[in-house]
Amino acid sequence: MNETVLELEKLTIALPPGADRANAVSDVDLVLRAGKVTCLIGESGSGKSLVARSILGLLPRPHVRVGSGRILFEGQDLAVAPQDRMRAIRGAKIGMIFQEPMTALNPLHTIGRQLDEVLRIHTSLGKAARRARVLELIDSVHLPEPARIIGSFPHQLSGGQRQRAMIAMALLLNPRLLIADEPTTALDVTTQAQILYLIRELQREHGTSVLFITHDFGVVVDIADEVAVLQRGTLVERGTAGAVLGAPTHPYTKALIAAVPKLVPPAARPANMQPIIIEARNITKTYGTRGLFGGRVTLALAGVNMELRRGETLGLVGESGSGKSTLARAITRLLPIDSGQILLGGTDIARLPRHRLRPIRKRVQMVFQDPYASLDPRQRVIDIIAEGPIIHGTPAFRAREEALALLGLVGLDASAAKRFPHEFSGGQRQRIGIARALALHPEVLVADEPVSALDVSVQAQVLALLADIKARLQLSMLFVTHDLRVALQVCDRIAVMKQGEVVEMAPTAEIFFNPQHSYTKALFAAVPGGSWQDRKAS
Amino acid sequence: MRFARYMGYRLVTALPVIFGIIVLNFLLIHLAPGDAASVLAGESGAATPEYMDALRHKFGLDQSLGMQFLTYLSNMAHFNLGYSYRNDADVSGLILERLGPTSLLMLTAFGTAVVLGIILGLVAATGRNSWRDNIISLVSLVAYATPGFWLGLMMIVIFSIGLGWLPTSGFDTVGAGHEGWAEVKDVARHLVMPAVSLALFYLALYARLMRASVLEQTGMDYVTTARAKGQTERRIMTGHVLRNALLPIVTIAGVQAGNLIGGSIVVETVFGWPGIGTLAFNALQSRDLNLLLAIFFMSACLIVVINLAVDVIYVMLDPRMEI
Repeated sequence: MNETVLELEKLTIALPPGADRANAVSDVDLVLRAGKVTCLIGESGSGKSLVARSILGLLPRPHVRVGSGRILFEGQDLAVAPQDRMRAIRGAKIGMIFQEPMTALNPLHTIGRQLDEVLRIHTSLGKAARRARVLELIDSVHLPEPARIIGSFPHQLSGGQRQRAMIAMALLLNPRLLIADEPTTALDVTTQAQILYLIRELQREHGTSVLFITHDFGVVVDIADEVAVLQRGTLVERGTAGAVLGAPTHPYTKALIAAVPKLVPPAARPANMQPIIIEARNITKTYGTRGLFGGRVTLALAGVNMELRRGETLGLVGESGSGKSTLARAITRLLPIDSGQILLGGTDIARLPRHRLRPIRKRVQMVFQDPYASLDPRQRVIDIIAEGPIIHGTPAFRAREEALALLGLVGLDASAAKRFPHEFSGGQRQRIGIARALALHPEVLVADEPVSALDVSVQAQVLALLADIKARLQLSMLFVTHDLRVALQVCDRIAVMKQGEVVEMAPTAEIFFNPQHSYTKALFAAVPGGSWQDRKAS
Repeated sequence: MRFARYMGYRLVTALPVIFGIIVLNFLLIHLAPGDAASVLAGESGAATPEYMDALRHKFGLDQSLGMQFLTYLSNMAHFNLGYSYRNDADVSGLILERLGPTSLLMLTAFGTAVVLGIILGLVAATGRNSWRDNIISLVSLVAYATPGFWLGLMMIVIFSIGLGWLPTSGFDTVGAGHEGWAEVKDVARHLVMPAVSLALFYLALYARLMRASVLEQTGMDYVTTARAKGQTERRIMTGHVLRNALLPIVTIAGVQAGNLIGGSIVVETVFGWPGIGTLAFNALQSRDLNLLLAIFFMSACLIVVINLAVDVIYVMLDPRMEI
């Protein structure tokens, strides 16, 4: 058995009075061993990040504090250790990396300076020796040209490179424990796979113990030796990865695992022979400025062709910056395009002036990614839903009646009508967003990452709702997502986008079993926990 | 190299702005009723129409507006700001003479406001909700709400008339003939009250801004990262938070540096400070158009230059700024 590095004993973290519960987490027992990766998994609000922060004494005090229990590390209790003692441990014996590497790095300091800072705090090494160590670590996380990287600022690196730099920073002094708080959540799927591999590699090399916080079961499959499941502050299940993932015992764990979309396509359906409802012909779009003294121009859409048939769901998948959201917004005419045609029911709407566009708007509606930002916080739910029909000439009382009916359709209680968006959870808000889109009786629904901000169990419910509504109302849907599991579950056909181009477009089963383009293959290979899902499918 | 190109670009684009200022100034001033001749005549009590015509001819006021504008443009192109008939002196000479005191006043006031404001804001933010924070917030609220001229008058009443510590007005003690350090000290004593009354409003504003900015930055992820490195709170503040928190202050201070010119007119008048502000006030009173135009033009150019300087400072402070 590997030696214990850190042990949580009945750890309880108290929340301030007035919070939704008294303790963020209660009586958590957890043992972290050398050379092992322990995944702490839970949905948002489960308290998993607070557990991570409590170990380093980084809780947002004085409001949130360790209420009781012990955090045992090298024979001392970190829960009651004085600040100067904690400072000697932070960065030297316990390293930490965060979810969003852009904001976790100081934007005004070079990468080299931020790494060097750790050595200046904890060692008495000279300048040359520190530089040598920094370069060595930058090299060990496989960043190209270490000498150039240490002179770069965070914004000059890609997301993956920034996270590599963070990892180098956390490992500079060979800590015994590395705490990783959702380190790959903000990254693209292929980058995520590389970072997970890197953490695995370095951790094996140095025998580091890793506490890995995540909400993603796919990631757990790829990296965990041991798993602990946190449900609203209570540790409901823990054990080896094989045991928890293969034969979960607690109902919550079972439900969570069941909610993860399978990495298998739906049964092949007969090809959709309905007429084409919306079609993009060779559309291009550039961002940026052309000025007197030059400027930067980014090609967001480089001559894209696609068509959507009545009653069909077309998935647009790709990594960030691939142009999938731009395409969705271009087709709805929310963004002007540079050239090309957009045919809606056979007529070109790409050049229509604003006033002639208005009657067309109601035929194509959007559901947005962020249910927090896409609803007006000062409007009551009923007004949010009824506003569209009223603009298009429906009498106000009729629009409100229909809005109430729509609330029922998306599974919300009629009492929701008089409330404001902030009174709802993320999943409920997304239901409101869907009701708003449906209020205009659209023919086409464009959903831009509609479930990526939601927890996996809520995500499953919203996807089921979308599928149900689509079937009932005979809608066509353009479904933008970065998550291949979700795409496989809901789409009839999938278009893979890369750098503003559709590199491959085919029926879902075909693209899954027989991907043609090398990029499509790479995307599927990078899906975390892919092999696990294969096993479950067979 | 990139930087030199950027500077070149900014300077070239500043030219049309300055031309626009010249046109606008000229038009605005000729929209106002009355001219120098009528004011001169009015002050002397009475004047024959012949005398008025002679005056107008002498000043070039009898020419068409277009001709006057062309003359003005050609003079500007030769850096000739014209002649002030009212003061019987070259406009450029008049302005140069007043530029020193005004610059001294503005730089002192602005420097004090920015530096002290930043320090007070930092002190308030680091001791959030402590007595230090409360006192600073209260004092800045009062200072924020006090008009500069009233403050100036009150200070004269208290410190000059009541206590006799500081001189009431002027740039230096007339006829004292101080030299060297004695002169510096004398000017400094005259400078205190005008500078304070001009600075206090901005000082309060920057203190509040800085407090909010520091508090915002201390909630950022990179601060948590620095803590997770084992850095001390003091070094986190000086090494990480301070520079990030300064960025919004630079933006606002840059925009407001121009406002100081406006504020200085009032304060200079209250304290009899021999600067551009009093010069502008007198020129306005006496319809001294050449002088007014020159002052407007100079202030506008100053603002263009300040904006340029702020952008340069911003580029130096923030590596994310693309140039």
